[in-house]
Amino acid sequence: MSIWEFANPRKFTALSLKILPTLVGLSAVLVLGGLIWGFAFTPNADKFESTVKIIYVHVPSALMAINGWLMMLVCSLIWLVRRHHVSALAARAAAPVGVVMTVIALFTGAVWGQPMWGTWWVWDPRLTSFLILFLFYLGYMALWAAIEDTETAADLTSILCLVGSVFALLSRYAVNFWNQGLHQGTSIPVATGGRTVADVYFLPLVVAMAGFFVLFVALVLARTVTLIRERRLAVLDAQEARA
Amino acid sequence: MLGASDLVVGRGGVALLEGLSLAVGTGDLLAVRGPNGAGKTTLLRTLAGLQPALSGSVDVAPDTLAYASHADGIKPSLTVRENLIFWADVFAAPDGIAPAVAAFDLEPLLERLAGRLSAGQKRRLGLARLMVTGRPLWLMDEPTVSLDSSAVAALAALLQAHLAGGGAAIIATHLDLGIEGQVLDVTPHRAQGRTAPRGFDEAFA
Amino acid sequence: MIALLRRDLMLAVRAGGGFGLALAFFLIVVVLVPFAIGPDPSLLSRVAAGVLWLGALLACLLSLDRLFALDHEDGSLDLLATAPLPLEGIAAVKALAHWLTTALPLVVAAPAFGILLSLPAPGFGWLVVSLLAGTPALSAIGTFGAALTVGLRRGGLLLSLIVLPLYVPTLIFGAEVARRGAEGLAIGPALPLLAGITCGTLALMPFATAAVLRRALRG
Repeated sequence: MSIWEFANPRKFTALSLKILPTLVGLSAVLVLGGLIWGFAFTPNADKFESTVKIIYVHVPSALMAINGWLMMLVCSLIWLVRRHHVSALAARAAAPVGVVMTVIALFTGAVWGQPMWGTWWVWDPRLTSFLILFLFYLGYMALWAAIEDTETAADLTSILCLVGSVFALLSRYAVNFWNQGLHQGTSIPVATGGRTVADVYFLPLVVAMAGFFVLFVALVLARTVTLIRERRLAVLDAQEARA
Repeated sequence: MLGASDLVVGRGGVALLEGLSLAVGTGDLLAVRGPNGAGKTTLLRTLAGLQPALSGSVDVAPDTLAYASHADGIKPSLTVRENLIFWADVFAAPDGIAPAVAAFDLEPLLERLAGRLSAGQKRRLGLARLMVTGRPLWLMDEPTVSLDSSAVAALAALLQAHLAGGGAAIIATHLDLGIEGQVLDVTPHRAQGRTAPRGFDEAFA
Repeated sequence: MIALLRRDLMLAVRAGGGFGLALAFFLIVVVLVPFAIGPDPSLLSRVAAGVLWLGALLACLLSLDRLFALDHEDGSLDLLATAPLPLEGIAAVKALAHWLTTALPLVVAAPAFGILLSLPAPGFGWLVVSLLAGTPALSAIGTFGAALTVGLRRGGLLLSLIVLPLYVPTLIFGAEVARRGAEGLAIGPALPLLAGITCGTLALMPFATAAVLRRALRG
C-alpha cells in the first residue's frame, strides 16, 4: 500500500477521524505532563530563577512555528508536483496553527525577556526572524482568503510559499548579519549532540515538545478535515445549482 | 485550422461543457450560442490555450489564433497608430499595420488618441488590432456587447471581409450577425456532473 | 519585447502616474520624518540613510498594483498571452518598465532629498550606489506580487502585505550599505550581498512571475 492512497480525501478523512481522539488525548497528556513536571518538579536555576520555566512553552511553540512553515512548504511542493487536493488543503490548514504557535513563541519570549534582559522586546536576530516569519504567515493566509476558486488559490499560494521560503531563509541570514544578538544559542543542538540545557530541564522539555508536536498534528488534521468537508459542500452546491 | 473532439471544459475543477466536437476551416465562421454562465467564455479561452481542457484535446497550430476578450484592449492614452504598431511588433507581423489600416478605413484617425474615438471607431480599431496580429483565426468573446444595431451591421461586414480573405473566426455571441456559418449551441452540452474532471477526486463530490 | 517596453514607457509618460506619484510620495515621506522625530540635524543625519531607503522602498510599492491590472482589465494580457512572446519575457519586461518609470526617478531624486535630512557628505555616493544595486530586486519582487494579485478585488492592500516581507533582505543590505557609507565606515560584505540578492532575484523571479500569470489567466 502506498502512502499516496491517503491523498484520497475520503480515506484521509476516515483515517483522520479515527485517530484524532487518540491524538488529542495523547497531546493533552504529554503537554500537561511536560508542563506540570517542568513547572512543579524542577529546581529554579541560579541565574534565571523561576523564569526559566517558561522554556517549556516557549521552545516547543517556537519549534512548531517553524515546522508549520516547513509543512506548508512540503505540502505546496506535493500539490504542485502531484496535484493531490488534500495536500493543498493541509498546507492551508497548517498556516493558522503555525501563526498561533509563532504568536505564542513571541509572547512567551517577551514575557521571559522582560525579567532576563530588562526589556519586552529587542531587535535580536532570533526575535526579529520570528516576527518576519509571522508576517510571511499573514501574507500567505491573506492570499488564501482573497482567492475564491480553491484550485487557483492552491496554485498561487503554493508558488508564494516556495518563493517566500527562499526569502524567509535569506531574511534569517540577513538579520543575523544586521544585528548580533542577546538570545542564547539553540537549546537542542542536533548536530553536536551536546546540550546547553541541564538534564533536569531537558527531559520535561522533551516531553513538552512531543506534546506540542502531537497537538500540532491533531490541530492540522482537524482543520484539514474541515476544509475537505467545506470543499465537498461547495461541489455539492455547485452541482445542485446546475441541476 | 482548428479542431477539437470530445472536449470537456470547465473552471475551478468543475466541468461546465462536455462532449464538444468542432472543426473550423479557412473561411469558416463558428458562432457559439448559449445562455449566460453556460461556459462560452471558458470554451473560447480553452480553445485559445489560455486554460487547459479538462479532457479531450484542441488541435491547433500555436501561431494561428488571436484571442479577444470582450474588452477591446485599446490604450486610450496612445494614438491609433501607436496601438496598432504595438500589436504588430509584438506579433512580429510581416506586413506591418498598412493592410489593417486600409481594411478598416482608419487612415484619417491614425494620429487620434484612442480614448477620443467613438464607440464604433473603437470597435474598428479593436478588430484592426486582431488583423495586425497576422493570425488568421480570431476568437472573439461577445464582440457585439455595447454596440448599436448599425455598429453590429458594420462588425458583420468587417468579419465577412476577414472570412473572404482566407480568415476564420469563432465568436461567442447572443446576436445573429447574419453571416453564413456554423452555429454551436452549447446548451445540450452543459455538464451534468457525470464527468469527473482531471485531478479532481471523486471523494469531494 | 522591446515593443512592450516601449509601450509601457509611453503609457507611463502619457498617464503621468508612474514618475510623478511615486516621486511625490517619496518627497512627502522625507518631509514628514523631521516633523515626527524633530529637526535636530545630528539625529536626522544619523537616520537619513535608512529613512531614504525606506521611503524609496515604499514609493516603489505605489505603482505596482497597476502593473498587470490595467492590461488584465482591458484584455491586453489575454492577447499578449497568445502572442509569440514567452510570459517569462513579458514578466521581465514589466519589471524593467517598472524600474525605469518608478525606481530610477527615485534613485535620481534620493540625493536631493538627502540634503533635506542632513545626510553626511560621504553618504550621497553610497546612497545612490546602494539604491542602484537594490531597486532592481524591489521591482522584480514587486512584479511577482503584482502577478499574484492581478485579478483580485482589494488587490492593492494584499499586494503590500505579500511584497513587504519579501523586501526584508534587500532593505537590510541596501540600508546597511547606505548607512555605512554615510558614517564613513568600510562598506564590507553588505554591497556584494546586496548585489547577489539582486542578481539572484532578477534571474529567478521572472519564472515565478510567469508561472503565476499563466495560472491567473485561467481565471
